[in-house]
Amino acid sequence: MSRIGHRFDQRRAEQRKTLVTYLTGGDPHPQATVPLMHRLVDAGADVIEVGMPFSDPMADGPVIQSACDRALEGGTGLRGVLEMVRDFRRTDNDTPVVLMGYLNPIEQIGYQAFARDAAAAGVDGVLTVDLPPEEGSELVEALLSHSLDPIWLVAPTTRMERVNAICGQASGFVYYVSLKGVTGAGTLDVDDVGSHVDTIRQATRTPVGVGFGVRSGHDAARLGQVADAVVVGTAIVSRIADNVGDDGAIGDAVEAITRELRSGLDTPVVEVTD
Amino acid sequence: MSNVIQAIEAPVDYGEFPDPLGHFGPYGGRFVPELLMAPLEELAAAYDRFRTDAEFQAELYADLQYYVGRPTPLYFARHWTERVGGAQLYLKREDLDHTGAHKINNTMGQALLAVRMGKRRIVAETGAGQHGVATAAVCARLGLECIVYMGAEDVRRQSVNVYRMRLMGARVVPVDSGTRTLKDALNEAFRDWAANVDDTFYIIGTVAGPHPYPEMVRDFQAVIGRETREQCLEQHGRLPDALVACVGGGSNAIGMFHPFLGDTGVAIYGAEAGGEGVATERHAAPLSAGRPGVLHGNRTYLMENADGQIMPTHSVSAGLDYPGVGPEHAWLKDTGRVQYVAVDDDDALAAFHNLAQLEGIIPALETAHAIAYAEKLAADMSSDQIIVINCSGRGDKDINTVAEVEGMDL
Repeated sequence: MSRIGHRFDQRRAEQRKTLVTYLTGGDPHPQATVPLMHRLVDAGADVIEVGMPFSDPMADGPVIQSACDRALEGGTGLRGVLEMVRDFRRTDNDTPVVLMGYLNPIEQIGYQAFARDAAAAGVDGVLTVDLPPEEGSELVEALLSHSLDPIWLVAPTTRMERVNAICGQASGFVYYVSLKGVTGAGTLDVDDVGSHVDTIRQATRTPVGVGFGVRSGHDAARLGQVADAVVVGTAIVSRIADNVGDDGAIGDAVEAITRELRSGLDTPVVEVTD
Repeated sequence: MSNVIQAIEAPVDYGEFPDPLGHFGPYGGRFVPELLMAPLEELAAAYDRFRTDAEFQAELYADLQYYVGRPTPLYFARHWTERVGGAQLYLKREDLDHTGAHKINNTMGQALLAVRMGKRRIVAETGAGQHGVATAAVCARLGLECIVYMGAEDVRRQSVNVYRMRLMGARVVPVDSGTRTLKDALNEAFRDWAANVDDTFYIIGTVAGPHPYPEMVRDFQAVIGRETREQCLEQHGRLPDALVACVGGGSNAIGMFHPFLGDTGVAIYGAEAGGEGVATERHAAPLSAGRPGVLHGNRTYLMENADGQIMPTHSVSAGLDYPGVGPEHAWLKDTGRVQYVAVDDDDALAAFHNLAQLEGIIPALETAHAIAYAEKLAADMSSDQIIVINCSGRGDKDINTVAEVEGMDL
């Protein structure tokens, strides 16, 4: 079993939810990422998603777009991100790492070479935002041949037949996009998310993570009631953006929001009904 | 063995492409976030239904005739031909379409489709502003809400078109991310669509993007090539010897080329933006100097660095300033059916002046790239041969740019 599956099993056995946190590799500069990954783990993150910077991140809102720009300006590309994961693995062999990003940088390295290098660096799963299963068989084959989990998205617009098809290929976890829009947008409708997550659960036993639009410990707590995992990106990246130039302040701010999310997830929610 | 050879030598049926998932050989396809898969399937299904629907086609045909002003003339540019010396130069006058460019052939079709689908909020991207203007016009006419995303750099250099769009009731949103040009406007339009899929229709302006856009936009623009074919047969009793069109995303070019792809006697040339030269990094010619990759929903030739990041492009013409190209062009390049060449800024500017002075026609700077290549081509051909150039747009929008390049204060 992969580190991802193992981690979900651990949390489930503890009757806790899994916290997945995102940062863009190389944001705000190449030396910042590995210490921040450790800081996330220390503050309670269970799975780390590392964004592969891309010049045209069309599924992302302004916060993560800017993070990509800062990373690219600092010279971080996909190979740089793999180096960061390798570095992280020197002292952390347990925390699952998922790469998240867009297909084109992977295409330029080549699917097989990418999968081989990612596995060697210690990556556990790969999520390519702009690659639907219809176009994905070649990359999936390469990932699976190196024991990497391909992570798939399910959206509010995804019809039932597609949910079944996507879940049939899922490993690691299924990522449910909790709202229509880009990363960091909108407001959450927990009941609506819950009914979609139930639909996904009918199609697969793979754990379901929910992301897009989780801003606070309170949001995390509410979503944790309906999903196996909560994925948080923009809320963390905005802490980095707010403190560019002061690595100490970035670390403190990232740690604070991560602790808030962890504590939200670990605290049972008492719903107040009017 | 003989079967294999036959299979290889069998002529390609270009009408058979793309396949049902939008592939032109290895290019095209549908590379989008999961959120957009359902609306794209919905769009493809609606398009399949209405493309053969007699009532829809009749309404579109009437609008093309009475609102757009079709058919456009196939015009013999006698004076220009005499000066160039060589083949006869004919212009397909898409510059005479309402709003001044071929773009409206497509926006008319997509807007009618949007109405049929019950979507009354339209988003579009624009580079030079021609697609934005063509979208704003049809939205005004059909009473649709219109939001146009435009790179902040393009808003600056195409201010006249920005004002035209606003006059017709569109909201123009400057895009400040990335390189602040056409590619960033596309990103932003996709983001808007993702956030508003239920009531919004995205009118893409070129033959790029995820399936079914490259096919659908090509079909709406193919009226250019169909008319050219008929007009050439009527005027000359035969087909032209060569076609030339400029290629940014490639919609005017594919519209002209597609009805001729099976006519092996017709040589076909696409002129990309060579900018300051393809040997420099300052150009926008992915077919001439790029390599395949994935951007904006399709696999095609791109201008990108070794890390797969999209490169900033340069062209004097805002409408060609795009790092990708429609996937069908990528495939036509690989099959060898179309020859793609790069025309640099200086040659395009010279051709811009030639056509203005010799024919009294000010072409768009995009079009001027095709004009420039046609001059080269014609000089090596004989006077009984015919070249048709797609005069894709008028150049009024570009006079400030040309004056600025030439150091003139208007």
